[in-house]
Amino acid sequence: MALLEIRNVTRRFGPLTAVDDVSLAVEAGEFFTLLGPSGCGKTTLLRMIAGFDLPDAGEILLEGADMADTPPEKRPIHTVFQSYALFPHMTVAQNIAFPLRMAGNAPEQISAKVRDALALVHLEAKGQQYPHELSGGQKQRVALARSLVSRPRVLLLDEPLGALDAKLREEMQIELIDMQREVGITFVFVTHSQNEALALSSRIAVMNAGRVEQLDEPSRLYGFPRNRFVADFIGKINLFNGEIVAVDGERVRLRVAGLGEIEARGAAGLRPGTPATLALRPEQVRLAAIGAALDLPNRHPGKVRDFLYIGDVTTYVIDLQNGQRMQALLPNSSPGRAKFFEVGDAVTAAWPAEAGVVLTE
Amino acid sequence: MFLVVFFLLPALIMVVASLRYPGEFGGLAPLVSTRPGEEAGLTLESYRVFFSDWVYFEIFAKSFGVAVLTTLVCLLMAYPVAALIARSPKRYRDMMVLLVVLPFASNFLVRVYAWMIMLGPFELLFSRFAVICGMVYVHLPFMILPLYTNLEKHDPALLDAAQDLGANAWQRFWRVTFPLSLPGVFSGSALVFIPVLGMFAIPEILGGKDDWIVGNMIKESFLGTRDWPFGSMLSLMLTLAVLAVAAAASWLAGRRMSRA
Ligand SMILES: Nc1ncnc2c1ncn2[C@@H]1O[C@H](COP(=O)(O)OP(=O)(O)OP(=O)(O)O)[C@@H](O)[C@H]1O
Ligand SMILES: [Mg+2]
Repeated sequence: MALLEIRNVTRRFGPLTAVDDVSLAVEAGEFFTLLGPSGCGKTTLLRMIAGFDLPDAGEILLEGADMADTPPEKRPIHTVFQSYALFPHMTVAQNIAFPLRMAGNAPEQISAKVRDALALVHLEAKGQQYPHELSGGQKQRVALARSLVSRPRVLLLDEPLGALDAKLREEMQIELIDMQREVGITFVFVTHSQNEALALSSRIAVMNAGRVEQLDEPSRLYGFPRNRFVADFIGKINLFNGEIVAVDGERVRLRVAGLGEIEARGAAGLRPGTPATLALRPEQVRLAAIGAALDLPNRHPGKVRDFLYIGDVTTYVIDLQNGQRMQALLPNSSPGRAKFFEVGDAVTAAWPAEAGVVLTE
Repeated sequence: MFLVVFFLLPALIMVVASLRYPGEFGGLAPLVSTRPGEEAGLTLESYRVFFSDWVYFEIFAKSFGVAVLTTLVCLLMAYPVAALIARSPKRYRDMMVLLVVLPFASNFLVRVYAWMIMLGPFELLFSRFAVICGMVYVHLPFMILPLYTNLEKHDPALLDAAQDLGANAWQRFWRVTFPLSLPGVFSGSALVFIPVLGMFAIPEILGGKDDWIVGNMIKESFLGTRDWPFGSMLSLMLTLAVLAVAAAASWLAGRRMSRA
């Protein structure tokens, strides 16, 4: 049985359906992420799990028990708010002690647990300070410690790293993973950053306009997006619209205007004659000077229009013959070398058949 | 500069006035005697009278009792009102604040007389109860407004967080809302407590002779017995007493903070 189960949950605000018939199950110990663009209903779903809001339809079960009649203070589910919501009139230690005191723990027990929690987030020395004396990252840690100290069954985190700068964000991501492993508590994490989601999660539910578009492990989401939205939302991708001309088990042939036929990976349910989109990750594309021997089924001449040097990799923008642009990503494995091609170079863009994913939705 | 003109200077004048003899027909006697037998110069006479009779101490004690009671009742009544306004949708709040201060648009005495008419049929007039009613009624807005200003600034996420972490409604109030509202509670209490001590109209209209407070005595000294030095001394004593209360309150508050 899943630890947390969401069954056909719908929440409407007037004419707007913020969460639309969402079903998903979170297993114990998972780092589960809700990923989606702003306004897709992540916070609304999270608030319903915490109990601050009730679904208009559907149910939320914790360990098989319906939570509809359990108020937030009685749910063994804690939330880390984006604004941290630390109590400004309490010290760090008092903030962390809060849930323990509410649960009626004995004073000696409280102080021992608070000490452990402070150690967990590396703030041993800050117990007697007030929240306004802390930096953003430290506040974040206090909020985490406060939510974890009484060992909830599920920890909900609503864009907890949103207010941190890029460097601190990365540090906190690593700490979050460590922390989650250490305490073994199930995390349900909300973010609109795909990088963060891919880096942290054991599974990700990609949401769009109140619906779950795909629920999968990070590498499968990235490698096998189910539809255009997911493909486009997660990572960079080249999309070519065309029509399926032949299906042959492992392989599909797609006709794209101006490029001819492209060979791609097959999938169940594909039928010739249906319109489809070819999705191709930039790092799967090889570039070579015209005429160089390439043993790949898909080869298309083009011209380098632009390139973007990011340090570890360089992204090339290629103008293909049909006027479409595509991106190719090449690693810069030899130091001091920023590029292999110049703007205006004629190149061949090529990729293996299994790199292309055919999407019909 | 403002402090000098509006606070220090009047206080100084009061101190000097309290050390002089009363004039023959009110006012103050001259500093240098102009006629034989006339009392002039400086004297501690007013202070001697004050400290030689328990009556004055009792009136002070009674006044503080009335002020404390009024402040407490105001606090209890104002808190829910202020919280209600602070939690209402933004577009209604200004309207509600306006309603709170609306009574100021009519004359103060008329409103106190209205209480006379209201309490009369219940045989409650000219009692301590009537005085407290009037005091609370008149001063309630001074408690509501600072409380509301404070409560409105509270981050609602704090209450969500408290609830999320297991606090029921009662605990959310006592551990989050109330401690955070203490500045509002203090300023509201000061705005009620101090004016109540100096109030004379309400005890005079709604109270019996027993319900007179310091304010009445001061007013009586100036306008009744025309003993200005005595009135000045009383009002100086009142100021000192209020300062002592304020000092004690801030000391207590400071101790609370350092313990917390
Ligand atoms: N209390 C509410 N009343 C009316 N509409 C609401 C309410 N709460 C949310 N909405 C709407 O529901 C939709 C989903 O909101 P939600 O806050 O869940 O988005 P989100 O995915 O968390 O977005 P973000 O990434 O920006 O935080 C939005 O269009 C929002 O305007
Ligand atoms: Mg949100």
